Amino acid sequence: MEKEKIIELTGLTKKFKNLTAVNNLNLNVYKGDVFGFLGPNGAGKSTTIRMMLSLIKPTGGSIKLFGKPIKEERISILRRVGAIVEKPDFYLYLSAYTNLEILGKLSGADVSKKHIMATLETVGLEKRHNSKVKTFSHGMKQRLGLAQALMHDPELIILDEPTTGLDPQGMKEVRDLILFLSSEKGKTIFLSSHILREVEIIASRMIIINKGTAQVEGSVQELLNAQNIDVTIEVNDPEKALRIINETVWKDKIKSVKNDTIDMSLDKNEISELNKKLVQNNVEVHALIPSRSLEEYFLKITEGEEK
Amino acid sequence: MIQLIGIELRKIFSKWRTYIAFLAITLLIFIIQISFFVGGKQYIHALTQNLKGLFYITGNLLNGYLIGNLILNGLFVQIPFLIVLVGGDLLAGEATAGTYRMLLTRPVSRTKVIFSKFIAGNIYVFLFLVWLAIVSLGLSLVIFGSGDLILFSNGITIISANDILWRFCGAYAVAYIGMSTVFTLSFLFSSLVENALGPLVATMSVIIIFFGLSIVDIDFLRQIRPYLFTSHLNIWTEFFNDPVDYSEVFKSSAILLGHTVVFLGASLYIFNKKDILS
Repeated sequence: MEKEKIIELTGLTKKFKNLTAVNNLNLNVYKGDVFGFLGPNGAGKSTTIRMMLSLIKPTGGSIKLFGKPIKEERISILRRVGAIVEKPDFYLYLSAYTNLEILGKLSGADVSKKHIMATLETVGLEKRHNSKVKTFSHGMKQRLGLAQALMHDPELIILDEPTTGLDPQGMKEVRDLILFLSSEKGKTIFLSSHILREVEIIASRMIIINKGTAQVEGSVQELLNAQNIDVTIEVNDPEKALRIINETVWKDKIKSVKNDTIDMSLDKNEISELNKKLVQNNVEVHALIPSRSLEEYFLKITEGEEK
Repeated sequence: MIQLIGIELRKIFSKWRTYIAFLAITLLIFIIQISFFVGGKQYIHALTQNLKGLFYITGNLLNGYLIGNLILNGLFVQIPFLIVLVGGDLLAGEATAGTYRMLLTRPVSRTKVIFSKFIAGNIYVFLFLVWLAIVSLGLSLVIFGSGDLILFSNGITIISANDILWRFCGAYAVAYIGMSTVFTLSFLFSSLVENALGPLVATMSVIIIFFGLSIVDIDFLRQIRPYLFTSHLNIWTEFFNDPVDYSEVFKSSAILLGHTVVFLGASLYIFNKKDILS
């Protein structure tokens, strides 16, 4: 049985005068997904998120959240959505507590003192609940942004760069919180991030967009594994290793040869086979270092090298 | 809706800029009252000097009603500026602060957001005029006491002390209608731009230009003058004529209300169509 579609974008397009910010974007996010939304600056990520939340109107295409069109069912949909759109901005002249109280009321959340304090505790701001937001650092505002997004216990959480401005410990806490919300609470998370490693760790599925157009979509692991991996091979005798490799089908996969290393582009299975071959021919393999990461993959995709 | 209005009022009255208007008007009125307290007798003497041979003048002419009327007359140019200070910030302030994103991703319709801000803004205008009345009229009555009101506009009008208070109530009521129109104009400009200074400058520019058009005595301008809202802002003075011309009061009030409805309708249309890019 197919999982319930929580987000369904079909042919989504947004044009600003001569600029096409989003061009015929299609994507599906299913219930329980942690969906990574990747793209370089200006790729159209924020425009897409703003359209999903009805902050801006699409030029073409359709947006369905929970199977309902956002245009017609905006209010009933937004009751089930929590979001941070770009940087979290609050009423600076009000306290963190009052900001949550106001935003919670508008979302129909429980605004009892107990619930607001518990929400602030989740993001580690309970001791600063009475401080005006203008005294907060960017990281603290980011935490408060998470708090307001979670306050009404939404089914779908849309997070636009949620760890920006946080220290490494704060980033880890937010990542853990996202994983907890997904695995323990069954929330669907739509995560836009420029920290690609973050998406690699957290997301189950992802899409990469560039210049408003989807480049690739699928499971994070599948996408990474489906492609060749750049491997640096460190051996005791590079010349001998090179001779052996040149006698095999892998000879065309050599990218460069340095002092005691050989750089190759191999798929996942070939790495172990090559290792075996070298060891069987008495070449000591000191290291097989895969340099393939989402970051590299992302750069190739957005630079148009690989698709 | 009531909850939304409450939230908007909370936001308005949590801002320092809201109290600038109250403080400024209070300070200005205190200075005027002190000036009259010190040199008021000379002022009355100068005012009534030409009448001494024609009238037998008795009683307390330098009274709270006279001061209240003079203050209202004198400050009617400054009051719109102080109202626009808040009105212009209501929507544009959210854009500047980036809080539109927080506000409009809540399950609340944009129409309700506009109406709640409009109503909250009007409550501010109302409270501001109530404060103005308390400080300019109430405090002047305490300091200078009561008495007949003598006015020198279009001849001499003398209104007895027991016939004045209701006239002030009427004057403040129609002044509120006028100030609500000014507020709604700044609200309209506020829906168009993304910084709070723009609506302030734009609204005051419109008022100054329209006032200017009222002064220039050319046939064409004379024809459009009745339709400019600025031509009706001083309708409150009608309550200090004897008898009061109610047809003029109703006509001007209707024109001002008409402007308010058009400005509000335009704000609603623009805001509902607006892409939130801030």
